[in-house]
Amino acid sequence: MKNLSVNHLLGIKQLTEDDIQLIFETADSFKKIINRPIKKVPTLRDITIANLFFENSTRTRLSFELAEKRLSADVVNFSAASSSVKKGETLIDTVNNILAMKVDMVVMRHPNPGAHVFLSKHIDATIINAGDGTHEHPTQALLDSYSIREKLGDVTGKKVVIVGDIKHSRVALSNIYALQKQGAEVMVCGPATLIPKYIEKLGVKVEYNLKKALNWCDVANMLRIQLERQDIKYFPTQREYVLQYGLTKEILDNLDKEIVVMHPGPINRGVEITSDVADSKQSIILNQVENGVAVRMAVIYLLASKIKRY
Amino acid sequence: MQPTTILNSEQFELTINRLCFQLIENHKDFQNSAIIGLQPRGIYLANRLQQKLKEITGNTPQTGALDITFYRDDFGRKEQPLIPSVTNLDFSIEGKKIILVDDVLYTGRTVRAGMEAALGFGRPSKIELMVFIDRRFSRHLPIAPDYIGKSIDSLATERVEVKWKETDTEDTVILYNTHEKS
Repeated sequence: MKNLSVNHLLGIKQLTEDDIQLIFETADSFKKIINRPIKKVPTLRDITIANLFFENSTRTRLSFELAEKRLSADVVNFSAASSSVKKGETLIDTVNNILAMKVDMVVMRHPNPGAHVFLSKHIDATIINAGDGTHEHPTQALLDSYSIREKLGDVTGKKVVIVGDIKHSRVALSNIYALQKQGAEVMVCGPATLIPKYIEKLGVKVEYNLKKALNWCDVANMLRIQLERQDIKYFPTQREYVLQYGLTKEILDNLDKEIVVMHPGPINRGVEITSDVADSKQSIILNQVENGVAVRMAVIYLLASKIKRY
Repeated sequence: MQPTTILNSEQFELTINRLCFQLIENHKDFQNSAIIGLQPRGIYLANRLQQKLKEITGNTPQTGALDITFYRDDFGRKEQPLIPSVTNLDFSIEGKKIILVDDVLYTGRTVRAGMEAALGFGRPSKIELMVFIDRRFSRHLPIAPDYIGKSIDSLATERVEVKWKETDTEDTVILYNTHEKS
């Protein structure tokens, strides 16, 4: 029988190829369920999940909350803006206080890379990483790969380019791990200032010319420029970035082949991609959002079945 | 103890035939009825019934497969996660008479989950239950089948296996003592 090799989802780095496939196969079932008139199953009716968001989020939080509710789990939400974190409470204290109210699982987003690994060593609950600073965002990478698998049949052997702010992107790092574990080739593309030094050590190709990168790939994952994480200027002006790295319909139409366009959201229309690209047939952006719920249901389901309560 | 054959292939076929005629009595041309096999092993009986009913009546009744994994009552009580099978219901069950079909009825827990899973697709006008083998006196829940292939009395230490020629080379039902390998 199959089982996940991990008790928490801290990052893609800790997962095996088999784990990823098990999550995808389970997500296939959940995708059917969320497309039915009655979108809910009673599976997790005795599980309580806390969503702790120490950083802003709309899509991921909504997606997690829906996934939990579709599985009939009890859900409590917490955001740092309205919490005792502001009053000086430590992370372990905050989480332990929540766990004292008998919570089984914690879905957390935190600005500090590694916050989840740290927490997993100190508390007794299943932890799912919903993004830790500029480090990892595992469920996003899983839903990205799941969407590629759905669109192209398989991830193995596919060429994927990740374009934009690689340096500040947790989506990029998690995607690199996930895609490589499934046997895809990965390239990163962006201004030299936004490509981390030594990133080739991860086994990815680096390209600074967008058109060359797009002609190489089967799938382009366009990232948002994370101005909120940029303490200094990494490129002269946004206009210059758009001219060099913005994906337009014209560029897309002049490629040698038809590629798939992805975006983890939120989109800045007219910056990393134009509106006509975002809304084109080649874009699977809204499929990614739909698949996000199914993939998160699969992750929660598989991890929750490892919780020993009886 | 040696494994005991409960039904050989000849009795097996007779039983399927009889079940088909019992269904025809209640559902006539199956215009407003559907057969739903419970995954994983109920689907073989559902498919066999569909074939046979087509031979007898000339009509092909609507047949689907229903996975009950997410409705089971033993989530989190097993070492391994419960891995789902495929649900394949490409028709609406709203207002229909549906016949849930499984190979062996034992505790009744699968059927309970099956009813809840079926109701997740709409409100059928009626749910009936058909089982190929009914292990009597072993129910954990108040569940009784409407159609029975064969009722048997068995011990908790025994195991009943329905084999299908589609997957197991021949049609037969065998009773094993669980200490023995099948």
